[in-house]
Amino acid sequence: MLENVWLIPLFPAIGFLINGLFGRSLGKKVVSWVGPSVIGLSFLTSILIFFELIGRPPTERLFEKVIFDWVVSGSFQTVIGYQIDPLSILMALVVSGVSFFIHIYSVGYMHDDPGYTRYFTYLNLFVFMMLNLILANNFLLMFVGWEGVGLCSYLLIGFWYEKDSASNAGKKAFVVNRVGDFGFLLGMFLLFTSLGKHGVWTLDFTEVFANASKLDIGTVTAITILLFIGACGKSAQIPIYVWLPDAMEGPTPVSSLIHAATMVTAGVYMVARCNVLYSMAPISMAVVAIIGVATAIFTASIGFCQNDIKKVLAYSTISQLGYMFLGVGVGAYSAGIFHLMTHAFFKGLLFLGAGSVMHALSGELDMRKMGALRKKIPVTFWTFFFATLAIAGIPGLSGFFSKDEILWQAFSSPHGYWLLWAVAALAAGMTAFYMFRALFMTFFGESRVDEHVSHHIHESPRIMTVPLVVLAGLSIIGGYIGVPHVLGGANHIHQFLAPVLGGGVEPVKAHAEISILSQAWASGGEAGGHSAALELIMMVVSVVIALIGIGIAYLFYVKNPALPKLAAERWKRLYTLVFNKYYVDEIYEILFINSLKNLGTGLWKGFDELVIDGSINGIAYLIGLLSGTMRKIQTGLVQNYAFSMVIGGIVLVAYYIVRAIFY
Amino acid sequence: MTIPSVPPECYLVLSGILFTIGVIGALTRRNAIVVFMCIEMMLNAVNISFITLSRFLQSLDGVLFAFFVIAVAAAEAAVGLAIFVMIYRSRETINVDEINLLKW
Repeated sequence: MLENVWLIPLFPAIGFLINGLFGRSLGKKVVSWVGPSVIGLSFLTSILIFFELIGRPPTERLFEKVIFDWVVSGSFQTVIGYQIDPLSILMALVVSGVSFFIHIYSVGYMHDDPGYTRYFTYLNLFVFMMLNLILANNFLLMFVGWEGVGLCSYLLIGFWYEKDSASNAGKKAFVVNRVGDFGFLLGMFLLFTSLGKHGVWTLDFTEVFANASKLDIGTVTAITILLFIGACGKSAQIPIYVWLPDAMEGPTPVSSLIHAATMVTAGVYMVARCNVLYSMAPISMAVVAIIGVATAIFTASIGFCQNDIKKVLAYSTISQLGYMFLGVGVGAYSAGIFHLMTHAFFKGLLFLGAGSVMHALSGELDMRKMGALRKKIPVTFWTFFFATLAIAGIPGLSGFFSKDEILWQAFSSPHGYWLLWAVAALAAGMTAFYMFRALFMTFFGESRVDEHVSHHIHESPRIMTVPLVVLAGLSIIGGYIGVPHVLGGANHIHQFLAPVLGGGVEPVKAHAEISILSQAWASGGEAGGHSAALELIMMVVSVVIALIGIGIAYLFYVKNPALPKLAAERWKRLYTLVFNKYYVDEIYEILFINSLKNLGTGLWKGFDELVIDGSINGIAYLIGLLSGTMRKIQTGLVQNYAFSMVIGGIVLVAYYIVRAIFY
Repeated sequence: MTIPSVPPECYLVLSGILFTIGVIGALTRRNAIVVFMCIEMMLNAVNISFITLSRFLQSLDGVLFAFFVIAVAAAEAAVGLAIFVMIYRSRETINVDEINLLKW
């Protein structure tokens, strides 16, 4: 079965071709079958491959399948090839699985859209590109997937392109992503040339990582920082996160699939994939961790004041991505990937739930016009509720395990620092607050729904609620593959990923507790004394912080709905600042967009119009002037022409006569 | 009685006079048929000088040219008159001053 890894990306490609080329003539019904079923086949293949892989001993869990040579130049060779290892198969499972359910959901959600076929074409193409990104065995093919998902993101954000805001948001996403991709490309080039100096011309993952030790620290730092800029663009981190909130203009299942569950996590995946390089460059790791934690808290605070339910979720996504980067930044790669996976479940679910709410309320997005929907759309409410619990980090649900592992690693790992933990824990409390704020505003309290909408509030059809329920199930139980040792679990995911991501963090610093911890870690299970107690205490602390966040949200939005207004008036300036998202968009507008516009206008008016147009038009004008006079000679009277011929003849004869006389 | 021989200079002068009359007529007359006749006169003036010089130089080249000119003039007359007929049909005039479409 491992031989057939190429089937995983092939199925969506087939779906893309069928839907794209023949979708219109095949009709809606066939498209509804083809779209989700090709993804289902991919999912099935991934499951089969996964089981075959775990049948092998941990050290042999790496398989590469070369499809064909792609770029061959001298001793450099790049192939179209796919790589199966614990990391990529886990990602493939998450991506194809979540995609499958979101495709099914889309059949219901997009049912009456005139662009139905186009939608599934793009969505299939997206999954194909995403699987290429994940399964690629070299940087170049990964970059193809990287750009491909960016393209699909652009196409799907601007899916309703008749709307100005949607097409603008698509452009914004595309342009901002270019900034990141620029970094990715430079990083790749630098990696390629600096390895080439040592005689290793390759972009293949296995070979690059095997030869990474030949590079000096400075080069590796530069490479990893550049790659991280790429990750910042794709995964919406400070300072180039601004495209993701706008990306909510796309259809809601797209926000769920691309802008929450899969594509935006590509950056985290890429950093985890390059963990060998990152581990060599402590400065880069610090940068990753700090950017991650800063993003986590910064965007969580923006989430406080948003009234658009999808915008809240968007900022929450950015914040959670920040967590993942914090995780990989402190060397806890498996914790980052673990959070990536659980986040795909609960955030995908949250978006689908928001879509279901919109479906019930005829497309209403403003949470101020919702409320008391709990009884009216119970399935949506309960699934949304569990997802909210999961993201808030309530013990027993998936988000708790993954988030707590990141928090603990941020504190305890040799790359960690107590301040990272403190900020991240605070952000966790804020997450709990704004998520429960969204929950309370949407489903509890008094109904603020518009009169004409409230008559036909209805639960979504079965085809939409079933994916909700499945994802809710995954959000609840998804965490149990990574129960930490201190709670008596075996941390399966950590062990599973260990061959790729290393066995956790090596105790480099001479921290007393840490070395005890890592010994306890290594011995597996019997978590000893001090550090285990510390870990438990931290767990309790983070849960308490989350509960406080929930409590405040309850107080503000259920118990005393007048409080938010009072608070907003009390701290009016702060509120306006946060409500306007810290004016980041406006600052970028002034700093980058306007200066580029001015440069462009300057070149347009100064150079293009004056110099280039001037010279071209000037020459044309002169010639026109000249020919305007010359053409008067053409009178159309034959006798005039004859007259000039006679004159010419006389002149010629006169010339010869004169010449004969004088010479 | 013998007819006194005419010196070749006279023929050439005659040819020149005829040619000049043809040129002036072709440039000044407005009726296309008259212009055409003037052109014929120019051609025949040239023919006279050809024949004269042929005789004078005791060579047949000039005669040969004269025949060519006659043949070409005949063809030209056929085509030219046909054109005039067509112009007259469409514009009801053969005044060359009014046939001036081919211009700026």
